[in-house]
Amino acid sequence: MNTAAHELDTLINRDYEYGFESDIDSDMAPKGLSEETIRFISERKQEPGFLLEWRLKAYRHWLTLKSPNWSSVHYPPINFQDIIYYSAPKLRDNAPKSLEEIDPELLRTYDKLGIPLKEQELLAGVAVDAVFDSVSVATTFKDRLAREGIVFCSFSEAARLHPELVKQYMGSVVSYMDNFYAALNSAVFSDGTFCYIPPGVKCPMELSTYFRINAKNSGQFERTLIIADKGASVSYLEGCTAPMRDENQLHAAVVELIALEDAQIRYSTVQNWYPGDKDGKGGIFNFVTKRGDCRGSRSRISWTQVETGSAITWKYPSVILRGDDSVGEFYSVALTNNCQQADTGTKMLHIGRNTRSTIVSKGISAGRGQNAYRGLVKVLKGAENARNYSQCDSLLLGNRCAAHTFPYIEVKNPTAKVEHEATTSRIGEDQLFYCMQRGLSAEDAVSMIVNGFCREVFKKLPMEFAVEAQKLLGVSLEGSIG
Amino acid sequence: MLEIRNLNVSIGDKPILKGIDLHVKPGEIHAIMGPNGSGKSTLAQVLAGREGYTVTEGEILFENKNLLELAPELRAREGIFLAFQYPVEIPGVANIYLLKAAINARRKHQGLPELDAMDFLELTKEKLRLVGMDEALLYRPVNEGFSGGEKKRNEILQMALLEPKLALLDETDSGLDIDALKTVSEGVNALKNPDRAIILITHYQRLLDYIHPDRVHVLANGRIIRSGGPELALTLEERGYGWLETAEGIPA
Repeated sequence: MNTAAHELDTLINRDYEYGFESDIDSDMAPKGLSEETIRFISERKQEPGFLLEWRLKAYRHWLTLKSPNWSSVHYPPINFQDIIYYSAPKLRDNAPKSLEEIDPELLRTYDKLGIPLKEQELLAGVAVDAVFDSVSVATTFKDRLAREGIVFCSFSEAARLHPELVKQYMGSVVSYMDNFYAALNSAVFSDGTFCYIPPGVKCPMELSTYFRINAKNSGQFERTLIIADKGASVSYLEGCTAPMRDENQLHAAVVELIALEDAQIRYSTVQNWYPGDKDGKGGIFNFVTKRGDCRGSRSRISWTQVETGSAITWKYPSVILRGDDSVGEFYSVALTNNCQQADTGTKMLHIGRNTRSTIVSKGISAGRGQNAYRGLVKVLKGAENARNYSQCDSLLLGNRCAAHTFPYIEVKNPTAKVEHEATTSRIGEDQLFYCMQRGLSAEDAVSMIVNGFCREVFKKLPMEFAVEAQKLLGVSLEGSIG
Repeated sequence: MLEIRNLNVSIGDKPILKGIDLHVKPGEIHAIMGPNGSGKSTLAQVLAGREGYTVTEGEILFENKNLLELAPELRAREGIFLAFQYPVEIPGVANIYLLKAAINARRKHQGLPELDAMDFLELTKEKLRLVGMDEALLYRPVNEGFSGGEKKRNEILQMALLEPKLALLDETDSGLDIDALKTVSEGVNALKNPDRAIILITHYQRLLDYIHPDRVHVLANGRIIRSGGPELALTLEERGYGWLETAEGIPA
């Protein structure tokens, strides 16, 4: 092994930085899944009746399904009776009215994650809806947003305060019958984020949620619903971390985006769940259904994701291009190191005329990482002049990792133009040596080269998060060749 | 400054350098010439610390430190600079970003504060003029889509910024037209100073028309078979390497 590889190997073994566990009393549902569990969750959340009915329908449907096995990821069977479906931090006196009322231990947890809410509130101008386990504990900036008529709150709150919006849009993009994990989520989702931007309003700040899975054996099933009404626009970022555990934790979220006429939604994810140790023990199973619906003409939905964590990442943020002249975009960086697996990509469904989509996927495999891009571009009969451009690049570090690309293209309209480009390359020893001869350490050199590889995607992230993503990539990559 | 003693280097089982002795003082310019495959580039790579070469015998002292014990990045930070024969492309990484990372790595090593963006840019622009390079190249990805001449200028730009104590120029003249050769040579000449040593590795005499060496060494089959003053290069130009190789062993 050469020196560079050796140094990197040392670094790869560095511990997960966010692997601490907060000691907070939790109000938990008994382990296991049944109609009782669902009623328990719904009751705790003081939900309106229609929601409970919906959950139960989803549950009954889920019982008829089998867990899917068509992907390239491998994992032991999940025992769904061994999961705690609801875990809420016990609050001293019902819900907190402000940050001051929040459990200080909880706030310290956020500090450790590097997201001091107060600081963010004051300095960064980022409204954070922080989801700790299952209940949304702090929603900042709500007042300022409310002045614009924007609703930005936890899903439970939305269900109580804006039931008509929830009823109208929930499940309209990802139905509870969509797939196994979407059905499960619909039955047991604990909380999540709700956002509604009224017609013509440009959301004045980046909206952000930080997810963190804390309690042991607790799956996290959050649900996000974002609606941009006619001519509205919003940029939303989710960031994710989880404490270190030996057992695997399931994360099965559903995200639905709806863009009406001339509306724009930009959804960015920086995912840093615990990836498991270097032998593949523990880590998050991230099985998520994310879909956007460009429902109105000239609407636009962009997904940008930086996936560096999780034992398994399995998701395809997609766009339904229903409105004429609508635009869908997918920019992705997925990194797998050690024993991590990723099967991710997107689906672009062209229905309307002159719809356009762009896919840029950068996969990085290191250690024994397995990285698959899987994408579908489907142009339906009526989608005159649909355009798609896809570019899938894979970068390999070392010789025990693998990259796979599975592009599916279905075109039913002869006027469509679909382009697909793919490359696979290895990080060059020449490149490394060149940088080191200029005085850079091996790890800085790798980080720089990989960041260069991902630049196209990073520049799609909001500025402050692009910096975060670059750092994260550096940390996740440490020790990745040899 | 640089003391190479009985250096023997192999790649795998194959000996490439067979007992090199070389002594370079500050301020000197040495030219190492020789036919293809004689081991010239190997010598440069070993000095810079490239993996894949085994030193089977001998030692290299740089400012009285054992160079062979130092990792490549430490050699760089100590002031050894290699201008590559084939500079690599690094897609997506802006040239200026690498330059800044390099210069600050060096400064940090020297206990100096990092240069701020303004000072760095000013310094870089000054050095750009020295090598006649277009400023736009700073913002393009490292060497990507650069012409042969632009790549070599970029190497000299890096050298100018990093101000090495010992500069190794590996076939810097190859692939350059006469105008590019001139500007690159002027750049190198401008960097000549009493504290800096330069080793030129070249196949041809023509570089030495522009950069005048103090000493010329002829490397053939892994050995320095002849050393002399600048006139040696002229003789080589006239008579080729053949006469030396057949006359090997006869004192100069």
